[in-house]
Amino acid sequence: MKTIKNIGLIIFLIGLGIFTSLIFIGEFEFSQESLDQVISEKGIKSEIFIDALKKNVVGKEFEGMLALSPKITSALETANQQHRKNKEYKKVIYTAPHDMAAFIAKKSGSGFIVNNKGLMWFLTFGLGIIGALMFIVPNIILLGAKGIKNDGIYHENATDRGWIAWFVFIFLISFYLILYFRSEYAVNWTYLLDPISESLSGNPAGHWFVYGFMYCVVMLVMAVRMYIKYRHNMYQMVRTTSVLFFQIVFAFLIPEIMVRLQMPYYDFKNAFPLDYDFFFSWNLRELMASGGIGLFILVWGIVLTLVIVPVMVYFFGKRWYCSWVCGCGGLAETLGDPYRQHSSKSLLSWKIERWLVHGVLLFALVMTGLTLYSFFAESGTVLGIKTQNVQNTYSLLIGSFFAGVIGTGFYPIFGNRVWCRFGCPLAAYLGFVQRFKSRFRITTNGGQCISCGNCSTYCEQGIDVRAYAQKGENIVRSSCVGCGVCSAVCPRGVLKLENGPEKGRVNPTQVLLGNDVDLMELVNKR
Amino acid sequence: MEHIVIIGNGISGVTAARHIRKLSDKKITLISAESEYFFSRTALMYVYMGHMKFEHTQPYENWFWKKNRIELVNAYVESVNHSEKKLHLKGSSDILYDKLIIATGSKPNKFGWPGQDLEGVQGLYSKQDLEGVEKYAPDNKACNRAVIVGGGLIGIELAEMLRSRDIPVTFLVREDSFWNVVLPSGESKMINEHIIEHHIDLRLSTNLVEIIPGENGKAKAVTTDKGDTIACDFVGLTAGVSPNINFLNESGIELGRGVKVNRFLETNIKDIYAIGDCAEQDEAIGNRRPIEAVWYTGRMMGETVAQTICGDKTEYKPGHWFNSAKFLDIEYQTYGWVFSENIKKDFEEHFHWRHSKEKICITVAYHSETKKFLGINTFGIRMRHEIFNSWLTENRDVDYVMEYLKDANFDPEFYTQYESDIVSKFNLELGTTIIPKKKSLKRIFNSA
Repeated sequence: MKTIKNIGLIIFLIGLGIFTSLIFIGEFEFSQESLDQVISEKGIKSEIFIDALKKNVVGKEFEGMLALSPKITSALETANQQHRKNKEYKKVIYTAPHDMAAFIAKKSGSGFIVNNKGLMWFLTFGLGIIGALMFIVPNIILLGAKGIKNDGIYHENATDRGWIAWFVFIFLISFYLILYFRSEYAVNWTYLLDPISESLSGNPAGHWFVYGFMYCVVMLVMAVRMYIKYRHNMYQMVRTTSVLFFQIVFAFLIPEIMVRLQMPYYDFKNAFPLDYDFFFSWNLRELMASGGIGLFILVWGIVLTLVIVPVMVYFFGKRWYCSWVCGCGGLAETLGDPYRQHSSKSLLSWKIERWLVHGVLLFALVMTGLTLYSFFAESGTVLGIKTQNVQNTYSLLIGSFFAGVIGTGFYPIFGNRVWCRFGCPLAAYLGFVQRFKSRFRITTNGGQCISCGNCSTYCEQGIDVRAYAQKGENIVRSSCVGCGVCSAVCPRGVLKLENGPEKGRVNPTQVLLGNDVDLMELVNKR
Repeated sequence: MEHIVIIGNGISGVTAARHIRKLSDKKITLISAESEYFFSRTALMYVYMGHMKFEHTQPYENWFWKKNRIELVNAYVESVNHSEKKLHLKGSSDILYDKLIIATGSKPNKFGWPGQDLEGVQGLYSKQDLEGVEKYAPDNKACNRAVIVGGGLIGIELAEMLRSRDIPVTFLVREDSFWNVVLPSGESKMINEHIIEHHIDLRLSTNLVEIIPGENGKAKAVTTDKGDTIACDFVGLTAGVSPNINFLNESGIELGRGVKVNRFLETNIKDIYAIGDCAEQDEAIGNRRPIEAVWYTGRMMGETVAQTICGDKTEYKPGHWFNSAKFLDIEYQTYGWVFSENIKKDFEEHFHWRHSKEKICITVAYHSETKKFLGINTFGIRMRHEIFNSWLTENRDVDYVMEYLKDANFDPEFYTQYESDIVSKFNLELGTTIIPKKKSLKRIFNSA
């Protein structure tokens, strides 16, 4: 069994190695026809840019994106500089340099990779999936009888912030940086997924399709791991299935199919303010231009945030969203599960968390306020503040860096819920409802707690669960996403996630159940 | 300002300190030679198994003590001088107290076995013991086999620990079935099976005779009363614990096996109290033993003594007995009293149900004549403490408990429920026709 695991690991690493090498390799050749296409599709009027491309790029062969990308970006930057200097604003190209590089690169691929998409898919995704499954599935036997399987977590390099964890940390961060800021380097990956993308939406794959597909694959494979690890725990099995379903069907398949049907791309479960650009003017215009379905999405999006989300939180706690439906939560609960113990439980972290997460919510709301004002007043500025600038700042800092680079990249070192805990504005909103108006709580089972600390250690949201449990108090915290792992790892059956009457939900106690000090009845009256 | 000194920073001492702080402004000093900060000793096993780091076993952050003005002293108390209200610390100056709480806990039992003090022979109780296991049994190369002597809760935990590192374990148990001094036979039998399932070499009805030293003064083998010699590199002595009170021998404080206390947790000396594992009740309370080395009772005594010290003289009145443990993968909870066949009274009847495949079972004890519900043991099913506590207070009969058993289930959502199965077996055996009531949130949260 161990041999199978080791072979699996090697296969996985080969797949990952080839996948990573695709950033750097590949042949690119940019033809005159492609240039004409780019000029017409992008409406380019800059002859400086066109000439530079003709001179330095067209008809030439490039080995690897490192050779091609700088030619395009520098051509674009030089051209724009010149036009701005000459005040020829009509000729300025507003596509960002690296987006232009990615756009051109996508049309320039040639050689082995582009001609063997299926084979290359197998050598990357295929080997990755097979290797990972070979590594994971033998655990059915190796882990032995049903039960909590946390042996050795703090002895393993990968899960105890050893060099493997740091390597994964750097890898993930680099991956996100490429995705968000240097997408031309992802162009080889898009070729591998062209067939799949074309069969779904009819369009060739872009780097966001690569991300969406990878997201699903990673969740699927790591969900297998969850199923094996938590096979004694039905709550985890059901929850994992739910989160997987919503990712694959709602976040991935439906939006792609909608595009095929000439409808707007929309993830029906992605609620504002997590979906922070829902009210951006381009989105509103697109929705309003899309007829009945557009209008439906518009109404749905608003009803989802204002009615469905809070009502569901009232009945079930924010878990129904954060650990049953949400994509960010879905990745955290599958890929991130091996790292859940790294969230900091200190009081200081809790303080930072409250400032930060509510700060982001405020930021999102202010930005959306400005956006809506600008939209209806048809003015680009509010009180001298350029709405576009605020949106760009939010998109960059929160949308890209916080949610993406930090959110996932920090998994191996700071735990799997960094974004959900410190950054997600939707989580902050749901948190208010959960804390002040909800039937959800984690019940502490009388006086049974032995303060062992498994619950706190494995709380991905950094809640010091034990601090409540050892006092016999229920856990009613805005940040709890209801993953149920505290209850799973408790050796004494102390914790239970449940929905019940609001009365008595918060139950501070002086003396614990089991001790019949006369005072108890008086003091503990709820 | 009155100075309260507490010897021992385990759950009893720390609970007392916290509650005294809540109730008063007294000066509090907490002395421990074991560790700088309070940690949960129940979690030591998880550190060895790699579930946690030692720091995770500490329920309070390090700033907590200063913030709550609880002074921590890392020292060993050598003797108590009650006439001068003074503690003598090893290698350090004396400490004066106004009121003294002794909460020094237990130490592992050693019954005079030859070789019991060799290197690589130890119990599992303290932080130092954990360090010892890590030293003498770090993996299955340094430790080809471990022998554990004594089939109780700590023994099985130690076995689980060692197995987590694939160290072969031989488990010597005096009784003819695991922990059957406490557990009824059906349950004890199921745990036997589970122990074997975990590839632990379980030897029932077997006693340790001698631990044999190797050339380096380390244990190298044990011999048993069955005539076997078992080569090993580590010997765990887990045949129970007894109060850790040797330092009090000359103190004038009345001692039995533990520090003798009355129901107010007072010793024979004014202003000296004893709580937790080291305290011995003058008279046993109800069915309880005079010395209870249990986490929960330590905590309760801490809560109680704090009331007394802060001016509200309070009797130690533990409520209905409850306890819990985990045997490898099987969780165990108990509410009320279920005695094993060996010691139970004649009127105590048992109803036992066991799942046909899974390691899940329960035993319900009731009075044979009145049918009064006496207690329940559950294995692999979690039960709600508050519900059983109120049923015991309300003197419910066993039929009532069966009828409303679904209310008491505390398993996570979506778990398979076995109450209907249990009740139909009960009906079959007792000729009753109980139809289990559907779980009712209203009943659960009103009773709670």
